[in-house]
Amino acid sequence: MNKIVSKENLSEKVVKFEIEAPLIAKSRRAGHFVIVRVGKKGERIPYTIASSNPEKGTITLVIQNVGKSSQKVCQLEVGDYVTDMVGPLGKATHIEKFGTVICAGGGVGVAPIFPIIEAMKKAGNRVISIIAARTKDLVILEDEIRKLSDEVIIMTDDGSYGKKGLITQGIEEVIQREKVDLCVTIGPAIMMKFVSELTKKYDVPTLASLNTIMVDGTGMCGACRVTVGGKTKFVCVDGPEFDAHQVDFDEMLMRLRAYS
Amino acid sequence: MPTQEYLKTERAQEWREALRKTMRNKERTDIPRVKMPEVDPEIRSHTYDEVNKGLSVEQALNESHRCLDCVDPTCITGCPVEINIPKFIKNIERSEFLEAAKALKETSALPAVCGRVCPQEKQCESQCFYTLKLNKPAVAIGHLERFAADFERESGNISIPDIAPANNIKIAVVGSGPAGLAFAGDAAKMGYDVTVFEALHDLGGVLRYGIPEFRLPNEIVDVEINGLKKMGVKFETNCIIGKTISQENLKADGFKGIFVGSGAGLPNFMNIPGENLIGVMSCNEYLTRVNLMQAADPDSDTPVHIGKKVAVIGGGNTAMDGVRTARRLGAEKAMIVYRRSEEEMPARIEEIKHAKEEGIEFLTLHNPLRYEGDEKGRVQRMLLQRMELGEPDASERRRPVAIEGDTVWVDVDEVIVSVGVSPNPLIPSSFSGLEVTKWGTIVVNQDTMQTADETIFAGGDIVRGGATVILAMGDGRKAAKAMDEYMRGQKSEGQ
Repeated sequence: MNKIVSKENLSEKVVKFEIEAPLIAKSRRAGHFVIVRVGKKGERIPYTIASSNPEKGTITLVIQNVGKSSQKVCQLEVGDYVTDMVGPLGKATHIEKFGTVICAGGGVGVAPIFPIIEAMKKAGNRVISIIAARTKDLVILEDEIRKLSDEVIIMTDDGSYGKKGLITQGIEEVIQREKVDLCVTIGPAIMMKFVSELTKKYDVPTLASLNTIMVDGTGMCGACRVTVGGKTKFVCVDGPEFDAHQVDFDEMLMRLRAYS
Repeated sequence: MPTQEYLKTERAQEWREALRKTMRNKERTDIPRVKMPEVDPEIRSHTYDEVNKGLSVEQALNESHRCLDCVDPTCITGCPVEINIPKFIKNIERSEFLEAAKALKETSALPAVCGRVCPQEKQCESQCFYTLKLNKPAVAIGHLERFAADFERESGNISIPDIAPANNIKIAVVGSGPAGLAFAGDAAKMGYDVTVFEALHDLGGVLRYGIPEFRLPNEIVDVEINGLKKMGVKFETNCIIGKTISQENLKADGFKGIFVGSGAGLPNFMNIPGENLIGVMSCNEYLTRVNLMQAADPDSDTPVHIGKKVAVIGGGNTAMDGVRTARRLGAEKAMIVYRRSEEEMPARIEEIKHAKEEGIEFLTLHNPLRYEGDEKGRVQRMLLQRMELGEPDASERRRPVAIEGDTVWVDVDEVIVSVGVSPNPLIPSSFSGLEVTKWGTIVVNQDTMQTADETIFAGGDIVRGGATVILAMGDGRKAAKAMDEYMRGQKSEGQ
């Protein structure tokens, strides 16, 4: 059982939790996720670890309140316990000094990209963070990201904050302006698909962190399978990050609708 | 092998001598083999109740008289954990049912499980005197094993095996499936301080997420695990060794030895077109949703597809579990699609029989070529290749060969792929010092189950690639004995 030590509403639909998990806090690295279950009849749901505090023995999760299961998590308060939590799962992000790195996070994908921004900066990269949201109120973690990035571009669909437009417009502007060595993207599958198509056009190597349906999260069931470069891969053990240009996003989008 | 001397001494006990004289062998061999009482197929194909009801006292007593208490009990050679079979059966014959259960527990950590899921016809019962010499149905060893274990559980007088004095040596077990539980039970008996680490939120491994309740009720698994807890074995759920706790940290925490029983947790697919359509899934996924996550329960948050026309690809026990589960969840048509003939099916004979009684269709000598879906990507139909049997292959089974041009489309709305599993890569990829085969299994010394790292032992599917509960348990026992010898050697060297 893991105790919730703090809770903060980042926007109307997005909640940030700090949860006790000393072993996970110690061993996790950027890109790792955990599986969380609330209640004895609860679903096992994967969430990327946004950050951790090994001294305090806590990890931070940022959860978007969509669907029955994430709603259950979001209803928990400080002092409550998460029924089950296991991790860190997945392969950690490959971090090295690439040069200039775009970190493009959309919607709730901004939270999981945060630890990658942090690690890429620490490795000596020039980090350009592009964060996108539908509207101003849904822009999250802006201050934290500004502290770690060389440049921050904010895009909103309605133009209520930052620049008006989609995340791809922000990325294209940077690619046309300067040499980009790597792009990392996390967000809704449809967004990652368009980011991938764009960066492929410009030949910019791109990593996408995929958020598929999972059950166990340890390779046992294959619910999370995706086609990458024509081969079936399991997001939970082979990923979650893959070469975006090789991912069959259309199949992934189809599979995400399996239970809707 | 238990020493011949031990078996002889046990057999020479006065009560056994006397019992043998109570009935002539001719009379014993004339008794017909007992039939396991079963829930009616029509009723059971709509419920999750256990199919086999278990023997009554009268039936068990009657069946126990068939056992001849042979001088050379060949049945024991067929048992991977070497249960003293005549000893437990003769205890049933003299109505000492609790003593019978104790005899089982001398070598088996999970008798109530084995009595239900072991392929006895390929093991002990295949080596029974009746099978070998009389050409008659074997003594129903498995049914009697279940009877004794169930009797003990229901009596409330569950015995705890004798435990050697604590030696304060900490041992970590990776995985709470049959290999890990068998290892833990034996190591605890030898006085070790054993902690079992389980990745999932519930204990039992394949006994929990894989084997359905109608074959192995969860309650039985709980009782067996509680027995181990009473013996001092500690359990940690939600903990992945190599991820949550690294190999180095286990050592730093004072663990002197590790047993890896992490199982074959990676389902195989056939890599044919349409396999990623919605409604096509691994049998592991299907069974995990239904068994571990209780997805068929309306209160459960985990969803599962309820197929009306379900095809399960494969002919093993897992495939039978999948197809019979689908039937229970409401499939009007539930099919097994298997590329060889029924004779080559690896499933237990009883499972095939039960499946047929429940109205499962068998499309043997058929192999899927591709799946097609509707505009939403949901599977709609499958193309099957008709097969015939050719020459025997490496597995000594006749090789299935495609009949050129002979294919057939079959409508389906759910496909469950059960064509085997591969070893879980978590341990091999996160541990150093292990030797791993190209299939991802861990290399061990076959006699000791010791890996390339002498403090690490391994057994079950992570070594075998995909086998049975009882073989995994046999590995666990063998490893516990060998690790004990290794630890004693270390201790005497240190003195």
